[in-house]
Amino acid sequence: MITSIGRRQLGTLAGLAGLCALLTVLTPHFLTVSNLLNITEQTTINAVIAVGMTFVILSGGIDLSVGSLVALSGIVLGSALQLHLPLPVAILLGLLTGAACGLVNGVLITRGRLPPFIATLGMMSMARGAALLYTDGRPISGFEEGFRVLSTGRPLMIPSPVLLMAGVYLAAHFVLTRTIFGRYVYAIGGNEEATRLSGVRVGYYKTQVYVLSGVTSAVAAVTLTARLNSAQPIAGIMYELDAIAATVIGGTSLMGGSGTLVGTLIGALIMGVLRNGLNLIGISSFLQQVVIGAVIIAAVLLDSTLSARAASARAKRTAANAAA
Amino acid sequence: MRGIRKAFPGVVALDGVDLEVRRGEVHVLLGENGAGKSTLMKILSGALARDAGDIEIEGQPVQIGTPREAQRLGVRTIYQELTLVPYLSSAENIFLGREPRRMPGVIDTHRMRLETERLLGGLGLRVDPWRPVRELGIAQQQMVEVAKALDDDARILIMDEPTSALTDAEITELFATIERLTARGTAIVYISHRLEEVARVGHAVTVLRDGRRVATCRVGEVPLSHLIRLMADRELSEHFPKHRVARGEEVLRVEGLGRQGALHDVDLCVHRGEVVGLAGLLGAGRTELARAIVGADHRDAGTIRIKGAPVDVRHPADAIRRGVGFLPEDRKTQGLVLGLSVGDNIALPSLARLSRAGVVQTGVQASVAARLVRELRIKTPGLQQLAQQLSGGNQQKVVLAKWLAANADVLIMDEPTRGIDVGAKVELYELMNQFTARGGGILMISSELPEIVSMSDRILVMRLGRIVAEFDAADATQERVLGAALGHAA
Repeated sequence: MITSIGRRQLGTLAGLAGLCALLTVLTPHFLTVSNLLNITEQTTINAVIAVGMTFVILSGGIDLSVGSLVALSGIVLGSALQLHLPLPVAILLGLLTGAACGLVNGVLITRGRLPPFIATLGMMSMARGAALLYTDGRPISGFEEGFRVLSTGRPLMIPSPVLLMAGVYLAAHFVLTRTIFGRYVYAIGGNEEATRLSGVRVGYYKTQVYVLSGVTSAVAAVTLTARLNSAQPIAGIMYELDAIAATVIGGTSLMGGSGTLVGTLIGALIMGVLRNGLNLIGISSFLQQVVIGAVIIAAVLLDSTLSARAASARAKRTAANAAA
Repeated sequence: MRGIRKAFPGVVALDGVDLEVRRGEVHVLLGENGAGKSTLMKILSGALARDAGDIEIEGQPVQIGTPREAQRLGVRTIYQELTLVPYLSSAENIFLGREPRRMPGVIDTHRMRLETERLLGGLGLRVDPWRPVRELGIAQQQMVEVAKALDDDARILIMDEPTSALTDAEITELFATIERLTARGTAIVYISHRLEEVARVGHAVTVLRDGRRVATCRVGEVPLSHLIRLMADRELSEHFPKHRVARGEEVLRVEGLGRQGALHDVDLCVHRGEVVGLAGLLGAGRTELARAIVGADHRDAGTIRIKGAPVDVRHPADAIRRGVGFLPEDRKTQGLVLGLSVGDNIALPSLARLSRAGVVQTGVQASVAARLVRELRIKTPGLQQLAQQLSGGNQQKVVLAKWLAANADVLIMDEPTRGIDVGAKVELYELMNQFTARGGGILMISSELPEIVSMSDRILVMRLGRIVAEFDAADATQERVLGAALGHAA
């Protein structure tokens, strides 16, 4: 398992490297420290949302509500700051908002037996509506200067959003690979019934996965709000699609059960590099959408062709073993 | 059909079987689970290709390679599971894929309605042709299925256990339909487990055993008890290394277990050191019983005691925590997470014990898994090997290893040796012996009579959701067990 996923990650990584090489040749502005930091910083939000999305997709589900949860948690955070609550309290309230919405998603899916697509589609609309209702459609701004440091600060010369992203990935990678929760996520996505019959309370863990996705959306909301220096009810539109794209480009199976966070991070970076590079070489934002869509399709197509070929080679090997 | 042979990897399902069916006759195929009845019929209906043998229809040798060719030759099959689209009407179902057209792309609904009424009327069914079939009763749906099969020039109709889901009144209705069909000259091959039906509808009967034809006779020529003997009479050629150990205290007791439509008032107990065999035909409720005991399915009534203490089992976790392990019927879809490694599969039920503060202690996990791989002689290149890459026998050992790692005291094994080769079977029997010798108790469901009779210390027989007989190993014969499963007092 480790070798096969390693190979897959290497493929994605090779894609990223090839893309970077191409852009280095095409424009002198690409390979500079400031531009690379810029890309990483811009990737942060998508990459962090994609962490929760990876857990959800690994467990065999999908979460369409993440973009709206970015907006709603951002609004809660912004309102708390406007009320001059201490920063940690405001952030905690934002995270709790994401967690609570994720909990509702999870309960609807496990207790209500709704398909994840439907439950999170409903949440997507409700959370967006709630954010618009509460703000009457207007952004919330006018925060104290201390808050912006979350976006502009550069401890150790590294932009603080990048540090945040690194921290989230390290923690999530540990959870996914080393804890019971992580094992169960893979097991549930791989075969929910066998996992249930092994005594795992599948519903409980699936619910936690959606809570986690809500929390990572809220973490992204903190970064986004700090960067814009305002909380906007229309923030995060279509973010769910970027997060899903990063996850599947990174090699996570939409059927669940297989994939890694390292892959997702590379997937998010590919999307970031692509946007940045297309901007640098002056391709119109309309054409950019076409290119990005094509890259998503090509990446997954390539991946599924390769893994189908690997599976048939494996089947042949197993048959040969059985015959021997 | 003459000299039909079909082999699957590892088993010969049919070995030179002959079958002759006449016009206007109901020919019953009898045999235990796995005797080859379904395989033979799949070959006739084109669902499977034969390895050898000839098929003739009305004296003409025919090639049947695909279901479409069988259709064209007038062979129709009605499977045990109905193949209707529930939200479509009976008319739409009957004409699905070959709707009469008024012009290209436009369905001639008028003709469809008239034809449906004629077809259903011929079978004695009067329902609105536009009513969705899901609103009809099972017997009525079955008649729609028959009507679908009989539309034009059907010559041979295969019915696979058509009565398994029907009530007595509906069975009478179905038999009336069958009589109408035979009167028209249709030949019917009728597969059944129910002996009493042989006398009720059959004209001729062929008994299959282990892929061979053991007898063909006219109904009424021989007594039913003789047919049972023919079905069951098999030499114990396989090696069953059964070791008996002293029976210890009770580890599992089930009382009054019931589930609407599946299980009725089931009592059983399993002691330390014994293997309790659970015999019965397909659909007798054995798997349902196992799943209800471990909490995989809910139960409507009944109490479960594990090691003397009553346990309210609502989820598999409740039973597992108290030492029950379940080896489900289908390893691949229920027993294993195929995409996970051998080591992760073995540890799955025990992860809580193998971790500290939620963090899995990979070293401990690896040593537990490695020990079991060694003890059970699981053939795998390593713990990281994906479960899907192992052979069937080794996969089953991994499922067993899961429960040994979880320190189970009771194992519930549903068809533990299905689809695994003879060598691995014997190894699995040895592992069962070791488990009971260490004081474990086993409830083993099996459709293989020699296995049940040879490996059990006690045998319970289920029929129609109830336990109908109990035998001690000493008085159990294959014939007596099968007789009880068929509802025929021995």
